[in-house]
Amino acid sequence: MVYLTRKAEFSASHFYHNPEFTPEENQRLFGKCNNPNGHGHNYTLEVTVKGAIDRKSGFVVDLKQLKDVMSREVLDAFDHRFLNKEVPEFLTRIPTTENLAIAIWQRLAPKLKGAQLHRVRVYETPDLFVDVYGEA
Amino acid sequence: MKAHLTRRYMFSASHRLHSDEMSEEENRVTYGKCNNPYGHGHNYMVEVTVSGPVDDQTGMVCNLVDLDGFVHTHILERYDHQNLNLLSEFVEQVPTTENLCMAIYEIVKRGFRQAHLEKIRIEETMMNSFEYSGENSR
Repeated sequence: MVYLTRKAEFSASHFYHNPEFTPEENQRLFGKCNNPNGHGHNYTLEVTVKGAIDRKSGFVVDLKQLKDVMSREVLDAFDHRFLNKEVPEFLTRIPTTENLAIAIWQRLAPKLKGAQLHRVRVYETPDLFVDVYGEA
Repeated sequence: MKAHLTRRYMFSASHRLHSDEMSEEENRVTYGKCNNPYGHGHNYMVEVTVSGPVDDQTGMVCNLVDLDGFVHTHILERYDHQNLNLLSEFVEQVPTTENLCMAIYEIVKRGFRQAHLEKIRIEETMMNSFEYSGENSR
Protein backbone atom coordinates (compact mmCIF):
# COMPACT_ATOMS: atom_id res chain seq x y z
CA MET A 1 0.00 0.00 0.00
CA VAL A 2 1.33 3.42 -0.97
CA TYR A 3 -0.05 6.75 0.25
CA LEU A 4 -0.11 9.88 -1.89
CA THR A 5 -0.95 13.36 -0.60
CA ARG A 6 -2.01 16.32 -2.69
CA LYS A 7 -2.25 19.83 -1.21
CA ALA A 8 -4.47 22.72 -2.20
CA GLU A 9 -5.35 26.08 -0.73
CA PHE A 10 -8.57 28.02 -0.50
CA SER A 11 -9.62 31.20 1.24
CA ALA A 12 -13.08 31.59 2.68
CA SER A 13 -15.06 33.37 5.35
CA HIS A 14 -17.38 31.92 7.99
CA PHE A 15 -18.89 32.45 11.41
CA TYR A 16 -20.13 30.08 14.09
CA HIS A 17 -23.75 30.33 15.17
CA ASN A 18 -26.39 27.83 16.24
CA PRO A 19 -29.94 29.23 15.89
CA GLU A 20 -31.11 26.83 18.63
CA PHE A 21 -28.98 28.70 21.18
CA THR A 22 -29.68 32.12 22.67
CA PRO A 23 -27.44 35.02 21.55
CA GLU A 24 -25.70 34.82 24.94
CA GLU A 25 -25.05 31.08 24.60
CA ASN A 26 -23.71 31.55 21.08
CA GLN A 27 -21.41 34.29 22.30
CA ARG A 28 -20.20 32.27 25.29
CA LEU A 29 -19.60 29.13 23.24
CA PHE A 30 -18.14 30.58 20.08
CA GLY A 31 -16.60 33.88 21.27
CA LYS A 32 -15.13 36.00 18.47
CA CYS A 33 -16.10 33.31 15.93
CA ASN A 34 -19.75 34.28 16.55
CA ASN A 35 -19.36 37.73 14.95
CA PRO A 36 -22.28 37.63 12.44
CA ASN A 37 -20.42 39.47 9.69
CA GLY A 38 -17.92 36.64 9.53
CA HIS A 39 -14.17 36.45 9.31
CA GLY A 40 -11.81 34.56 7.03
CA HIS A 41 -8.96 32.10 6.82
CA ASN A 42 -6.47 30.82 4.30
CA TYR A 43 -7.21 27.13 4.50
CA THR A 44 -4.80 24.41 3.40
CA LEU A 45 -6.31 21.13 2.30
CA GLU A 46 -4.36 17.88 2.19
CA VAL A 47 -5.98 14.90 0.55
CA THR A 48 -4.30 11.53 1.05
CA VAL A 49 -5.26 8.54 -1.08
CA LYS A 50 -3.94 5.00 -0.79
CA GLY A 51 -3.63 2.05 -3.09
CA ALA A 52 -1.37 -0.39 -4.82
CA ILE A 53 0.96 0.91 -7.50
CA ASP A 54 -0.36 0.24 -11.00
CA ARG A 55 2.22 -1.88 -12.84
CA LYS A 56 1.83 -0.15 -16.17
CA SER A 57 1.72 3.50 -15.06
CA GLY A 58 3.70 3.31 -11.82
CA PHE A 59 0.99 5.47 -10.20
CA VAL A 60 -1.16 4.97 -7.12
CA VAL A 61 -3.59 7.40 -8.68
CA ASP A 62 -3.60 9.68 -11.69
CA LEU A 63 -2.55 12.93 -10.02
CA LYS A 64 -4.19 15.01 -12.75
CA GLN A 65 -7.49 13.29 -12.10
CA LEU A 66 -7.13 13.77 -8.30
CA LYS A 67 -6.32 17.44 -8.81
CA ASP A 68 -9.32 17.91 -11.10
CA VAL A 69 -11.70 16.22 -8.63
CA MET A 70 -10.36 18.39 -5.78
CA SER A 71 -10.78 21.53 -7.87
CA ARG A 72 -14.27 20.69 -9.08
CA GLU A 73 -15.71 19.26 -5.86
CA VAL A 74 -14.02 21.46 -3.24
CA LEU A 75 -12.14 24.51 -4.50
CA ASP A 76 -14.80 25.69 -6.97
CA ALA A 77 -17.38 25.49 -4.19
CA PHE A 78 -15.36 26.83 -1.24
CA ASP A 79 -12.70 29.24 -2.54
CA HIS A 80 -13.51 32.91 -1.99
CA ARG A 81 -16.95 32.06 -0.60
CA PHE A 82 -18.82 32.89 2.58
CA LEU A 83 -19.25 29.28 3.71
CA ASN A 84 -22.38 29.87 5.84
CA LYS A 85 -24.28 31.41 2.95
CA GLU A 86 -22.87 29.85 -0.22
CA VAL A 87 -22.06 26.20 0.50
CA PRO A 88 -25.14 23.96 0.85
CA GLU A 89 -23.74 21.80 3.71
CA PHE A 90 -23.29 24.88 5.89
CA LEU A 91 -26.79 26.24 5.54
CA THR A 92 -27.67 23.74 8.28
CA ARG A 93 -24.30 22.79 9.80
CA ILE A 94 -21.81 25.11 11.48
CA PRO A 95 -18.71 25.52 9.25
CA THR A 96 -16.17 24.51 11.90
CA THR A 97 -12.92 22.99 10.69
CA GLU A 98 -14.28 19.60 11.81
CA ASN A 99 -17.38 19.99 9.64
CA LEU A 100 -15.32 21.31 6.71
CA ALA A 101 -13.14 18.20 6.81
CA ILE A 102 -16.22 15.96 6.97
CA ALA A 103 -17.95 17.80 4.10
CA ILE A 104 -14.81 17.53 1.97
CA TRP A 105 -14.55 13.80 2.74
CA GLN A 106 -18.19 13.32 1.72
CA ARG A 107 -17.68 15.28 -1.50
CA LEU A 108 -14.49 13.46 -2.52
CA ALA A 109 -15.06 9.84 -1.43
CA PRO A 110 -17.68 8.97 -4.09
CA LYS A 111 -15.83 10.76 -6.88
CA LEU A 112 -12.35 9.25 -6.60
CA LYS A 113 -11.54 6.52 -9.07
CA GLY A 114 -8.73 4.00 -8.71
CA ALA A 115 -7.33 4.84 -5.30
CA GLN A 116 -9.11 4.89 -1.97
CA LEU A 117 -9.48 8.04 0.10
CA HIS A 118 -7.39 7.66 3.27
CA ARG A 119 -7.39 11.02 5.01
CA VAL A 120 -8.67 14.56 4.60
CA ARG A 121 -6.68 17.14 6.56
CA VAL A 122 -7.81 20.76 6.75
CA TYR A 123 -5.57 23.45 8.25
CA GLU A 124 -7.52 26.50 9.39
CA THR A 125 -4.23 28.10 10.48
CA PRO A 126 -0.73 26.61 10.69
CA ASP A 127 -1.46 25.88 14.38
CA LEU A 128 -4.84 24.20 14.00
CA PHE A 129 -5.87 21.32 11.79
CA VAL A 130 -8.44 18.53 11.64
CA ASP A 131 -8.07 15.03 10.17
CA VAL A 132 -10.90 12.72 9.17
CA TYR A 133 -10.47 9.10 8.07
CA GLY A 134 -14.13 8.35 7.30
CA GLU A 135 -14.62 6.63 10.67
CA ALA A 136 -18.23 6.44 11.88
CA MET B 1 -18.21 11.17 11.58
CA LYS B 2 -15.24 11.05 13.92
CA ALA B 3 -12.65 13.81 13.60
CA HIS B 4 -9.13 14.29 14.94
CA LEU B 5 -8.25 17.84 15.97
CA THR B 6 -4.63 18.93 16.31
CA ARG B 7 -3.41 22.11 17.93
CA ARG B 8 0.20 23.31 17.98
CA TYR B 9 1.81 25.10 20.95
CA MET B 10 5.31 26.41 21.61
CA PHE B 11 7.44 26.64 24.69
CA SER B 12 11.12 27.25 25.37
CA ALA B 13 13.08 25.38 27.99
CA SER B 14 16.57 24.21 28.88
CA HIS B 15 17.84 20.76 29.76
CA ARG B 16 20.94 18.65 30.14
CA LEU B 17 21.02 15.00 29.20
CA HIS B 18 22.86 13.13 31.93
CA SER B 19 22.15 9.80 33.58
CA ASP B 20 23.30 9.03 37.12
CA GLU B 21 23.39 5.36 36.12
CA MET B 22 26.32 5.98 33.78
CA SER B 23 29.91 7.09 34.40
CA GLU B 24 31.03 10.58 33.35
CA GLU B 25 32.73 9.04 30.33
CA GLU B 26 29.65 6.98 29.35
CA ASN B 27 27.48 10.09 29.66
CA ARG B 28 29.80 12.02 27.36
CA VAL B 29 29.87 9.23 24.80
CA THR B 30 26.08 8.69 24.94
CA TYR B 31 24.85 12.27 24.98
CA GLY B 32 27.70 14.22 23.34
CA LYS B 33 27.06 18.00 23.34
CA CYS B 34 23.76 17.42 25.15
CA ASN B 35 25.81 16.37 28.19
CA ASN B 36 27.55 19.77 28.54
CA PRO B 37 27.32 20.53 32.27
CA TYR B 38 25.46 23.83 32.12
CA GLY B 39 22.74 22.61 29.79
CA HIS B 40 21.27 24.19 26.68
CA GLY B 41 17.80 25.10 25.40
CA HIS B 42 15.26 24.50 22.68
CA ASN B 43 12.08 25.99 21.31
CA TYR B 44 9.79 23.02 21.68
CA MET B 45 6.71 22.71 19.46
CA VAL B 46 4.04 20.49 20.97
CA GLU B 47 1.16 19.09 18.92
CA VAL B 48 -1.81 17.80 20.89
CA THR B 49 -4.21 15.59 18.90
CA VAL B 50 -7.63 14.80 20.36
CA SER B 51 -10.46 12.90 18.71
CA GLY B 52 -14.14 12.15 19.01
CA PRO B 53 -17.47 12.45 17.27
CA VAL B 54 -18.32 15.95 16.04
CA ASP B 55 -21.07 17.40 18.24
CA ASP B 56 -24.21 18.19 16.18
CA GLN B 57 -24.95 21.33 18.17
CA THR B 58 -21.50 22.92 18.09
CA GLY B 59 -19.77 21.30 15.10
CA MET B 60 -16.79 20.61 17.36
CA VAL B 61 -14.83 17.65 18.76
CA CYS B 62 -14.23 19.82 21.83
CA ASN B 63 -14.20 23.52 22.48
CA LEU B 64 -10.80 24.90 21.51
CA VAL B 65 -11.02 27.38 24.38
CA ASP B 66 -11.10 24.43 26.81
CA LEU B 67 -8.15 22.68 25.15
CA ASP B 68 -6.10 25.90 24.96
CA GLY B 69 -6.93 26.70 28.59
CA PHE B 70 -5.90 23.24 29.78
CA VAL B 71 -2.63 23.24 27.84
CA HIS B 72 -1.72 26.75 28.95
CA THR B 73 -2.37 25.98 32.61
CA HIS B 74 -0.95 22.48 32.81
CA ILE B 75 1.73 22.32 30.12
CA LEU B 76 2.96 25.77 29.07
CA GLU B 77 2.97 27.28 32.55
CA ARG B 78 4.79 24.20 33.83
CA TYR B 79 7.49 23.98 31.15
CA ASP B 80 7.90 27.38 29.47
CA HIS B 81 11.17 29.11 30.38
CA GLN B 82 12.10 26.41 32.86
CA ASN B 83 15.07 24.15 33.34
CA LEU B 84 13.51 20.73 32.76
CA ASN B 85 16.10 18.93 34.93
CA LEU B 86 14.75 20.72 38.00
CA LEU B 87 11.16 19.54 37.56
CA SER B 88 9.89 16.61 39.65
CA GLU B 89 9.27 14.30 36.65
CA PHE B 90 12.91 14.60 35.63
CA VAL B 91 14.54 14.00 39.00
CA GLU B 92 14.76 10.29 38.26
CA GLN B 93 14.62 10.27 34.48
CA VAL B 94 16.61 12.06 31.83
CA PRO B 95 14.71 14.97 30.19
CA THR B 96 15.02 13.60 26.68
CA THR B 97 12.24 14.62 24.33
CA GLU B 98 11.05 10.98 24.44
CA ASN B 99 10.49 11.28 28.20
CA LEU B 100 9.04 14.78 27.83
CA CYS B 101 6.57 13.45 25.26
CA MET B 102 5.40 10.74 27.66
CA ALA B 103 5.19 13.19 30.59
CA ILE B 104 3.01 15.59 28.61
CA TYR B 105 0.88 12.69 27.34
CA GLU B 106 0.23 11.58 30.93
CA ILE B 107 -0.74 15.10 32.07
CA VAL B 108 -3.20 15.60 29.21
CA LYS B 109 -4.57 12.03 29.43
CA ARG B 110 -5.25 12.36 33.17
CA GLY B 111 -6.60 15.90 33.19
CA PHE B 112 -8.35 16.71 29.90
CA ARG B 113 -11.76 15.07 29.82
CA GLN B 114 -13.55 16.86 26.97
CA ALA B 115 -12.15 14.63 24.19
CA HIS B 116 -10.06 11.49 23.73
CA LEU B 117 -6.30 12.10 23.64
CA GLU B 118 -4.86 10.48 20.50
CA LYS B 119 -1.28 11.64 20.43
CA ILE B 120 1.39 14.03 21.62
CA ARG B 121 4.01 15.02 19.06
CA ILE B 122 6.98 17.21 19.95
CA GLU B 123 9.47 18.87 17.64
CA GLU B 124 12.64 19.53 19.64
CA THR B 125 14.17 21.20 16.61
CA MET B 126 13.06 21.36 12.99
CA MET B 127 15.06 18.19 12.42
CA ASN B 128 13.86 16.03 15.35
CA SER B 129 10.35 15.04 16.29
CA PHE B 130 8.88 12.51 18.70
CA GLU B 131 5.40 11.04 19.07
CA TYR B 132 3.64 9.12 21.82
CA SER B 133 0.13 7.70 21.58
CA GLY B 134 0.02 5.59 24.74
CA GLU B 135 0.97 1.96 25.06
CA ASN B 136 -1.91 0.54 23.02
CA SER B 137 -1.31 2.71 19.99
CA ARG B 138 -1.27 1.49 16.41
